[in-house]
Amino acid sequence: MAILITPETKILIQGITGEFGARHTKLSLDYGTKVVAGVTPGKGGQFFEHGAHRVPIFNSVADAAKATGATVSAIFVPPPFAGDAILECVDADLDLAVAITEGIPIRDMIRVKRTMTGRRTRLVGPNCPGLVTPGTGEGSKGGCRIGIAPGYIHKKGHVGVVSRSGTLTYEAVFQLTSKNIGQTTCVGIGGDPVNGTSHLDVIKLLDADPETHGIIMIGEIGGSAEVEAARWIKAHCRKPVAGFIAGSTAPAGRRMGHAGAVIGGAEDTAAAKIAIFRECGIEVAATPSDMADALLRAAKAKGVTLS
Amino acid sequence: MNIHEYQAKALFEKFGVPVPKGAAARSAAELETALAQLPEGPTMVKSQIHAGGRGKGTFTDGFKGGVKFCSTKAQALEIAGKMLGNTLVTLQTGPAGRKVQTVYFTVASDIKKEYYLAILLDRASSRPVIVASTEGGVEIEKVAHETPEKITKVFIDPAYGLADYQVRELVFKLGLTGNEAKNAARLIRALYTCYWETDASMVEVNPLITTPAGDVLALDGKVSFDSNALFRHPEIVALRDLNEEDPKEIEASKYSLSYIALDGNIACLVNGAGLAMSTMDIIQHFGGTPANFLDVGGGASKDQVVAAFKIILGDPNVKGILVNIFGGIMDCNVIAQGIVEAVKEVGLKLPLVVRLEGNNVAAGKATLAASGLKLVSGDTMADAAQKIVKLVAA
Repeated sequence: MAILITPETKILIQGITGEFGARHTKLSLDYGTKVVAGVTPGKGGQFFEHGAHRVPIFNSVADAAKATGATVSAIFVPPPFAGDAILECVDADLDLAVAITEGIPIRDMIRVKRTMTGRRTRLVGPNCPGLVTPGTGEGSKGGCRIGIAPGYIHKKGHVGVVSRSGTLTYEAVFQLTSKNIGQTTCVGIGGDPVNGTSHLDVIKLLDADPETHGIIMIGEIGGSAEVEAARWIKAHCRKPVAGFIAGSTAPAGRRMGHAGAVIGGAEDTAAAKIAIFRECGIEVAATPSDMADALLRAAKAKGVTLS
Repeated sequence: MNIHEYQAKALFEKFGVPVPKGAAARSAAELETALAQLPEGPTMVKSQIHAGGRGKGTFTDGFKGGVKFCSTKAQALEIAGKMLGNTLVTLQTGPAGRKVQTVYFTVASDIKKEYYLAILLDRASSRPVIVASTEGGVEIEKVAHETPEKITKVFIDPAYGLADYQVRELVFKLGLTGNEAKNAARLIRALYTCYWETDASMVEVNPLITTPAGDVLALDGKVSFDSNALFRHPEIVALRDLNEEDPKEIEASKYSLSYIALDGNIACLVNGAGLAMSTMDIIQHFGGTPANFLDVGGGASKDQVVAAFKIILGDPNVKGILVNIFGGIMDCNVIAQGIVEAVKEVGLKLPLVVRLEGNNVAAGKATLAASGLKLVSGDTMADAAQKIVKLVAA
């Protein structure tokens, strides 16, 4: 098993005809992901063609889901319209909406998140690289790739990864794969201050997934999501967990690239979060180069086999 | 994006938040015309810079206090002349200070009591939160630490907006009654509308005051905006003051580069915000000091890399450069070619360590090796960081 998505998951792409959406749709199709529909309002009835693939385009998410059975959407819609695109998924009762878009106004996300309360659709992102459940083919092909992560660095296996940062996720995955340690599912939850799925949500899913033997949790300065997850891990999670927090050298009050990566007080600094990780039994990676090794140390201490 | 106090006050007035009467001057010639708009009597003179701690700041010529009380307008004129064009150093500006390019005069209000009021995002609940305290005019962090019971918070349901009972709760917790309570309630509602309608990320009034006459006023005003939402607020973009920003950061924003200047001497050029932050961290971990945060983004074209090198080299403290690229989708060879061309174009003399990983990395490393450039290749982030720290220390 994997979490949230499997190689059988049928996905649709909102913004499939935009440059960004089109490029990553092609990469997902090449990876073997079941991209069954695209949505671009006004282009319903057309097709997105790539090699032997011919993906039908619909005017709305509801139409696309009804016609193709897609249960997950990847959103590549520009920031002013992305909040609306998320709500369209909610209204169509999709299982999962993955918002790749960076730069959505915070006020839009506050309203979107409130509107999603009590609905069945889960949101991952925004401002995230998406999710990958690796497949069994060469370069992990045959898996489900939603978003913009490089598929080929993955390998099917037993480690779950959750992170606010795209490139740090790739760094961790690359280290794991280089050591011949595969992954169940890697989830980029995004760098915005108001997002859907949290570190804790993913940790709970990975903890409940029998195929996941170990977890890498990557966080950064700002907010308290990593702390909340760490405390839950201490109380409930028996699996080995390694953690890394970016931003030890970040000055207070400055936004470090991600909208959510800003130190607001004494509690959301890297040092404070690292201290809580240690207190909660999470093996802390001293540097980003140490993430896979840190998990190996944690696994060894618990007598768990990762590969 | 941040704005000045005088701009924040104008915005407050537009939304019906009462403020003391004031006028701003940007040049010596404007001082008298600005003052003429105020009645004769006690006047405040306030240096306008995007940094806190102004009152306790010192100008580089020794003149003390970036915010001054003057008993007459004549005295205010004299004091303003000393502030305008002078450089103010506060706890938040760093030792270089900020040049005061605007002075703001306000009527000096009679203060009965000072309070604190702010509206910002509560990340844990993904809702706006209004924070109020009976302890005004001091740092709220200090109050939160020492006397947290003196802070009241109400969380706003974005589906409904600010409810009347929540406003009442705030007003009563502040201990206000009668006219003061009515005026404070009106002010809180107006301030919330201002926060919500302008896509502010924070509005802070410290202090909020009551006067002996029963008025409630925002004596100071600090507002910052969500930069993601600026596209729908041209009137707010117009308030941006480039004098308050690092010229290198302004230049970087023209090329969609995310750059933040720091105090160290090892510059870094990285793709991705998380990786860029942790590249700074790993430099420090191995005993160096990072000179900047620089995220060239997912695409990183040659033009961007050239611009990035130029910006980095514009910092005279920089003694070495670390390039750290994880080419996920990007072709490492394309990036390598960009680096080679950029280095040639800017005529780099400083030590350069490049760590490339990912897609087509072998070709990328071959391109760097064949370039004839004096650069050092790093295998992992740790390896690259150790190498640049060593080179800069040598």
